[in-house]
Amino acid sequence: MKKSVILGALTIAGLSAGAAAAGTLDDVKARGKLNCGVTTGLVGFAAPDANGEWKGFDVAVCRAVAAAVLNDPNAVEFVPTTGKTRFTALASGEIDMLARNTTWTFSRDVDLKFTFTGVNYYDGQGFMVPKALGVSSAKDLDGATVCIQTGTTTELNLADFFRANNISYEPVPIETNAEGQQQYLAGACDTYTTDASGLASTRATFENPGDHVLLPEIISKEPLGPLVRHGDDEWGDVVRWTLNALVTAEELGVTSTNINEMAASTENPEVARLLGTEGTLGEMLGLDADWAKRAIAAGGNYGEVFAKNIGEETPIGLARGLNAQWTNGGLIYSPPFR
Amino acid sequence: MSDIHANSVAFVRTEEVPTAPPPSNAAGPAKWIKDNLFATPLNGLLTLVALYFIYAILSSALPWILGGIWNAPSLSACRDILDGASAACFAVLTERWNQLLFGFQYPDDQYWRPGLAFILLFIAAAPVLFFDLPRKLLAFTALYPFIAYYLLWGGTIFVPILALVGVAGGFMVYQRLVAGSFAAGFFGGIAAAFAIWYIGGLLIPDNASENAALSAVPSRYMGGFMLNMMLGVTCVSLSVPIGIALALGRQSSMPLIKWICVIFIEFIRGVPLITLLFVANVMLAYFFPPGSGVDLFLRVVIMITMFSAAYIAEVIRGGLAALPKGQYEAADSLGLDYAQAMRLIILPQALKISIPGIVNVAVGLFKDTTLVSVISMFDMIGMIRGPILASTEWNGVYWELFGFAALLFFVVCYGISQYSQWLERRLATDHR
Amino acid sequence: MTTLTDPPRESFNLSMLINDTRYRSTTFQVLAFILLSLSVGYLYSNLAANLQAQGLRIDFSFLGAPAGYDINQRLIEYTSQSTNARAAIVGILNTLLVAFLACLMATIFGVLAGVLRLSKNWLVSKIMAFYVEIFRNIPVLIWILIIYGIMTVVLPGPREFRGDNPTSTMLLDLFAFTNRGVYIPAPVWGPGSMVVVATFIASVIGVIGYRRYATKLLYDTGRLLPMGWPSLAIFFVPTLLMFFLMGMPIGLDVPALKGFNFQGGIKIGAPLIAIWFALSIYTGAFIAENVRAGIQAVSRGQTEAASALGLRSGRVMSLVVLPQALRVIIPPLISQYLNITKNSSLAILVGYADVTATLGGITLNQTGRAIECVVLMMLFYLTISLLISAVMNVYNKSVALKER
Repeated sequence: MKKSVILGALTIAGLSAGAAAAGTLDDVKARGKLNCGVTTGLVGFAAPDANGEWKGFDVAVCRAVAAAVLNDPNAVEFVPTTGKTRFTALASGEIDMLARNTTWTFSRDVDLKFTFTGVNYYDGQGFMVPKALGVSSAKDLDGATVCIQTGTTTELNLADFFRANNISYEPVPIETNAEGQQQYLAGACDTYTTDASGLASTRATFENPGDHVLLPEIISKEPLGPLVRHGDDEWGDVVRWTLNALVTAEELGVTSTNINEMAASTENPEVARLLGTEGTLGEMLGLDADWAKRAIAAGGNYGEVFAKNIGEETPIGLARGLNAQWTNGGLIYSPPFR
Repeated sequence: MSDIHANSVAFVRTEEVPTAPPPSNAAGPAKWIKDNLFATPLNGLLTLVALYFIYAILSSALPWILGGIWNAPSLSACRDILDGASAACFAVLTERWNQLLFGFQYPDDQYWRPGLAFILLFIAAAPVLFFDLPRKLLAFTALYPFIAYYLLWGGTIFVPILALVGVAGGFMVYQRLVAGSFAAGFFGGIAAAFAIWYIGGLLIPDNASENAALSAVPSRYMGGFMLNMMLGVTCVSLSVPIGIALALGRQSSMPLIKWICVIFIEFIRGVPLITLLFVANVMLAYFFPPGSGVDLFLRVVIMITMFSAAYIAEVIRGGLAALPKGQYEAADSLGLDYAQAMRLIILPQALKISIPGIVNVAVGLFKDTTLVSVISMFDMIGMIRGPILASTEWNGVYWELFGFAALLFFVVCYGISQYSQWLERRLATDHR
Repeated sequence: MTTLTDPPRESFNLSMLINDTRYRSTTFQVLAFILLSLSVGYLYSNLAANLQAQGLRIDFSFLGAPAGYDINQRLIEYTSQSTNARAAIVGILNTLLVAFLACLMATIFGVLAGVLRLSKNWLVSKIMAFYVEIFRNIPVLIWILIIYGIMTVVLPGPREFRGDNPTSTMLLDLFAFTNRGVYIPAPVWGPGSMVVVATFIASVIGVIGYRRYATKLLYDTGRLLPMGWPSLAIFFVPTLLMFFLMGMPIGLDVPALKGFNFQGGIKIGAPLIAIWFALSIYTGAFIAENVRAGIQAVSRGQTEAASALGLRSGRVMSLVVLPQALRVIIPPLISQYLNITKNSSLAILVGYADVTATLGGITLNQTGRAIECVVLMMLFYLTISLLISAVMNVYNKSVALKER
């Protein structure tokens, strides 16, 4: 934000209109800051901490991209967006990329003209119920009152699920997670539904987490990932391969602590290509050779980011599950660096 | 003789009887209670109901408030201290005090800047609010926007100075040309100001902000109650002149201008502020040149200003309509042209009548600034509903936070409305 | 331009465009028109360029596509397979419903508080002053959140009605107050119930007729018939008689706890109650001030004159003070109604499915059609506002002081 508000006003007046549609990559480099859209606050994924610093799983992706492109993981301007505003913010160029647990769907990709650059978290919509209710399956929820956090694909999944099972329910749409929790704990709804990761992180903050269970059904596929505007493929490639670099680093055992030794002494040609000691991958991407090294050093590889923000050691306590490396039976799989 | 006298008049009082106190039920607190609380049986019943009502509220609220915990790092720690007792956890206020007031991103070593700007606001507003103060203080009021801008946003000092020079230059051109015709002066002044800004804008080096005395703070970092204050003060002060222009336009004899103003005012007044904020948030970006990236704060200021300008225009229109026709005719008969008549005769009177209405709009607008929380800005309510309630430490604290927000807004709004009532009494020059 | 129509006595020069009153207004209007068209054109070209750059276009066809989400509060038939347009209509009806209910309730609160604030009882008038000040000076957004929160926490969940020794019980075994909503018995129309309803309608007409007759008698002959108890009698007695004669054909469907929720009866959802109550009590404070100002605007001389004529105090109020006060009260009252309608757009905070929540909320989220949704929403509110303004203008004309 070098441009002051007054100069900004002059910009509107058309006096210095311009900024021809150069590529986003050049824009970001010229600006020296990456504008990254995140959620307004979901602990573990993106939320400001007590010191006002953004922390979380999605935030780490933004920082990795900033490190790769700008050589500074802190050169990120986090733009909080709601479910309503995120797509406009991206489409209008207010943000360069959106890392806001956004589900990759056909219509968003095709109709709204966005490019999803991969999946950083495989999620699915689940249900949380109080243990006392004695419900063991989502199919037992006939006639239940369901609190839904609006703004994602949850409403649609919920409608589909209950319709497919021919059972009825009463939806109570809720704006923020905190309010959903208040309603749920007061018994104003029988069950609370949102992405299973969100449920886990919500339950972790309860006074008595043990009194509540997550039902086994996962009623939807929610591949969450960062996205960019359609049509700017160079920039899309940068974001996609930064994410892939984090994944590949975990697969190859490159961590933020051993990355320098690895770079200096590796025998593995793929590690060498990844870390830029061999080949010209960075150049092809429009960056320098060390781009992936910086991205990994910023917050660690995929596994480290996961463990630090939402892993089992954290209050959120999510198991890797589907988000384990493919070598461990999960879905996290990066195309090769070659 | 004395005997006769003594017989004819049995007793002559030589001093006054001391005034007897009234019966105990006709004086003092007893009478007051009887007259004001138990005048009729129905009245007495109402009093009892009211007393019970007050008791019910106080008996549940007071222990909760008085037993509050002011020092704890998190809700669970606070609950441990309370140990099952029902009382408030005001610790969230002390722990998140700065976030509530300044948002979570304003650099913490710079809090003195908004604080200073807030204090200066009172000095700047004083001569506008209290007419008895020396008029020279108005000079500070005129400087205040630039000082406040510099304090809040920081960055290079050239920007506010340039803006000031532009305004001053425009004003000088206006002064020179206004003798000929108001229109020439007005438009000339605007043109001059823009010319100065444009040329000056080219002169300011691009990296001027980097080593500035006050580090630059982007407007996205503004939050908390500070954001409410900023939006309220900026939008009200911007919308008064626009509102005057709209009100005059609506009364204009030129059909085109009249209709533009009517449509604008009716359109804005016809839709809820929240839809206008949606426009600011999701639509306005499409109407700016591609890549201009006007920040959200500015977009919201534009929309709220338009909103309050339409309401203020209607208040002022009421003031204009309330003026006797004779005032207009008197101005015409003196040979004043339109601009002179308005500036010297009509507006001073119309504005005086409109002041209470304008203050009402201002209070309403200040309250409505909380709506920006719906469009992902972290004003005070946005801070509460977003980062604070979403944090693991304070998840589940509602009443303390909303109660505090309500109290803060009450103090400000009640203060302003008391001022407005005082002013109304003060300005009442009609004969009674 | 207009020089042709005016015979030029002196040669026309450019400065006359500004300085000569004959031309000045035309000059300004032409200037304004050029500026307006330029700015509209500028905004439009930006819009077109932005949309072009992203390969988007303004397209309303999403309205015909299935909405895909459910709405809990609906006045017309709606399923998740209905179209987005129908979801929008459900939302519009919900907005109108809550606006209507809140206008009614706010008027009651406002009139009550306004009259009580003028009460001679010191305590009551102070409490009302406190009510007015505290609600007027705190944002409605905070009130909505607080009231919804209080409702959620204070009222029991359906769970607490369960078991042999429930912590909550139904009121009179007919009404259930839960934090999901209030359940009230619904009438069940048996055979013969039409007769009862017809009797009821007839007695309503009878009451109106009786009161008309009594008024006419009063004006014509000065005889005063009692109004209160005969009206009540006409209102209730025939209907009750018919009800028992027909063998009690109208039953009650009492809500009962089945499964997760109360079933049967009529449910008034908690979000509706929360936004309804919050808007009513907030706006009631403003209306109270209008009512107070209206009553105080009637000069004391009017009251004294009426008393001097020998009217009883009730009649002074109803025949002299109120008709004059209403003239002052009603215009601001209608703009408060307008405010209620606009503030109902905050229903989104409590999960009430008004038009901002359906069209401007979930539909916008799911389709991403921001411009289209926001434009439609603004059009709706604009229409309602203009309608209400029109009503206000008609009223103002009808009560304007006839000055001769």
